[in-house]
Amino acid sequence: MKSNITKFEMIYRILEDNSFDRSKLVPILQVVQKEYGYLPEEILDFIASSLDISYSKIYGVATFFTYFTLQPKGKHIIKICTGTACHVKKSTDIVNIIKNKLEIKNEEFSSKDNLFTIETVACLGTCGLAPVLIIDDNIQGKMTSDKAVNLVDAILKQERSK
Amino acid sequence: MKYLTVNGIKILFSNEKNILEIMKKKCIDIPTLCYHKELSVYGACRLCIVEVEGRGILPACSTLPENAMQIRTNTERIKEIRKIIIELMLANHDRECPTCAKSETCSLQILSRRFGIDEIRFRNVTNKKSKDSSTYSLIVDPSKCVLCGSCVRFCDEIQGIGVLDFMNRGAQSKICPGGNNMNLLSSGCVYCGQCIRVCPTGAIVPKSEVNYVWKALSNPNKKVIVAIAPAVRTAIGEVFGLSDKNGTKIAGKIVSALRYIGFTKIFDISFFADMTIVEEANEFMDRLEKMKNIPMFTSCCPAWVIFVEKYYPDFIPNISSCRSPQGMYGSVVKKIMPKILGVSKENLVVVSIVPCTAKKFEARRHELSKEGIADIDYVLTVHELVRMIEESGLDFRKIDISSFDMPCGFKTGAGIIFGTSGGVTEAVLRNIMNNNGKCDKDVIDANKFTRFDFVRGDEGLRKVKVNLNGKDLNIAIVHGLKNASKILESIKSNDNEKDKYSFVEVMACPGGCVGGAGQPIYKNLNVRNARTKMLYENDRIIKFHNPQDNLYVSKIYKDHFGNPGSKQACEYLHTRYKYAKKFKKVFEIYRPLNDDYVKINICFGNNCIQKGAKDILKHIVKFIENNNYENNIGISISICLEKCSKGPIVTVAEEVIEFCNFELAEKTIIKKLRDKIRG
Repeated sequence: MKSNITKFEMIYRILEDNSFDRSKLVPILQVVQKEYGYLPEEILDFIASSLDISYSKIYGVATFFTYFTLQPKGKHIIKICTGTACHVKKSTDIVNIIKNKLEIKNEEFSSKDNLFTIETVACLGTCGLAPVLIIDDNIQGKMTSDKAVNLVDAILKQERSK
Repeated sequence: MKYLTVNGIKILFSNEKNILEIMKKKCIDIPTLCYHKELSVYGACRLCIVEVEGRGILPACSTLPENAMQIRTNTERIKEIRKIIIELMLANHDRECPTCAKSETCSLQILSRRFGIDEIRFRNVTNKKSKDSSTYSLIVDPSKCVLCGSCVRFCDEIQGIGVLDFMNRGAQSKICPGGNNMNLLSSGCVYCGQCIRVCPTGAIVPKSEVNYVWKALSNPNKKVIVAIAPAVRTAIGEVFGLSDKNGTKIAGKIVSALRYIGFTKIFDISFFADMTIVEEANEFMDRLEKMKNIPMFTSCCPAWVIFVEKYYPDFIPNISSCRSPQGMYGSVVKKIMPKILGVSKENLVVVSIVPCTAKKFEARRHELSKEGIADIDYVLTVHELVRMIEESGLDFRKIDISSFDMPCGFKTGAGIIFGTSGGVTEAVLRNIMNNNGKCDKDVIDANKFTRFDFVRGDEGLRKVKVNLNGKDLNIAIVHGLKNASKILESIKSNDNEKDKYSFVEVMACPGGCVGGAGQPIYKNLNVRNARTKMLYENDRIIKFHNPQDNLYVSKIYKDHFGNPGSKQACEYLHTRYKYAKKFKKVFEIYRPLNDDYVKINICFGNNCIQKGAKDILKHIVKFIENNNYENNIGISISICLEKCSKGPIVTVAEEVIEFCNFELAEKTIIKKLRDKIRG
């Protein structure tokens, strides 16, 4: 079995890089989020004690910014815009259809195999292309339910052929 | 002199930091839910808005007063905005007012009445969130929270703990101790309950035990004994609109009320405070002689004790092992009263009435029980006493005065002043100075008793020096746990001669017990000061001032415990403390698949990191990998094993290695592996 030592050393390095400065909490969390894709609770706890701030404060910061997540994110991230323009063009339908397709329950964000994570965002600033969806950093405009399902299918096919 | 004009009237001001303070001083009550003088300005509730000529509508709490400012506080526009704010809050509030513990004292309710809100124009969007009633002391109900942040700021700024904070954002925001599965019990809460005091609504309230007490009272087989703490008599009058110069009249009324309610014996915890001092002063002199575990910390504030246990376990031996007055009350009464009253120990119910929520927790401490029977059965706060009096239908204003039962109703002034910050120190000084020599700061009062009133005061951190038989003793008197942390850190760093204390008194609540969370809620510091004054006044008029002059204490010692510090006294009047881990989580570096393995735990607290914990970790991992021990050894990181002075700390299968180095670690690991193989 492989040890977690590299993981631990990395967190330690992140903290050292930021000179254990509590005012750099957000940058520290950003790096952790980047490395892991999410903020594991045991790491938050370690950061809290190392920086000598209360756990609830870190937890507050981690739950305040939508950038941070406390659950592991899937391999492929689908962001769907629910800003006003996209909402009017029925982006919520697209959310529901994809969730249905991937069997993701209402309150969940990631599929069971952790292949997909669905996020809704407030506005992507491309209202002219509404409704907008981003799969793995590819912006897809003028989305329809069928198109969205096709995109997901394409990725699923790719994953299965691996 | 600078001035501003409020509603056309000129008001002078000097160096107030905001408009709200000036208004308060001039008896204009601007509505607010989130402003507290002792806390930072937050500006969350927006209710304190005023119209400033030429600048528009501004919050009074965070606006600097300027000379010749023209302010209007009651324009139609402002009134309408305030109304809307309150209505919006109510629309998102669990409006179960008749069943709310805060009913009638709730600021939101009062403001709603004040602004004549007879209709809420917005749809009710409350979704009931689950209550946190995991502790013995408080209940947190996020559905009643208005997100003013007072509790968050108090816990962080005054207590320095920061247990509560906001989580999520927008409509999902709520206060919580952090973490999905985290509640107050598993957090770092010390149950001081000051969040209750600053909470404007019923979102944080003390946990009530009234119903259990009524049940015990109505059981004919049970005899119920009650005692009231010194600070209780200072504050209950506020609820009933009674004033008293020295608290004796109100104490007498409380005794009558309790007798009417059906308690068999009514005692005074001040008596046990006298006893605590006799025991504690004896312990102090003993420690001073042996120079062991000096500085000695007081142990009467349970929130402070938990604070040390959770955050500064290094200092546990420094806490006086004497029980708090409540703890002594429980054990003494459960020892002597069954015989006097002719009941079995099981049928004796012991209730205490205190100004404190942490005492509720203290009463459930395993250490304060004998053979599975708790020494104190129920703990009521002053809120709960008021409720019992109201429930029994007594007219507290008109009720007669009667006196406490003997023997445990007799007290000296030393026991009375326990209820305020500095009181314990003063009482200890009265004992040791009058027993052991003269102090150079003697003040002979008109009543001809030696006072030590230089320890009195309102500052959160006071340092005094006394001379005991030619030896200087540094004493620190602290209230508020952030100040306590300061003292502990300065003792830890140990480089300043001035910081070599002999005795440290700490009370978790600002002002001591008079400002406790179980007291009627006060918003104005003058109220707290009046309570303190009442205790000192009571001390002044009482006949005896030194705890050693309490004849009944001497008698109980003679009959049951022998001398202070004797074996019997240790059994009944002392207690133990234990390290209470803040968090259970550890960071796992490595864990074998099967459960049967040798656990290695490496401390990564700041101190151990400095002393090379990182290298030790690396070395141990390498050592294990090189020798292929992976299937038999698991390694985890603990944030702090709380033995900072002996770091780096590594534990191998429960064995603690202090001052760990590579060889020591390797040797112990091999030894433990061998032990395991041998079974």
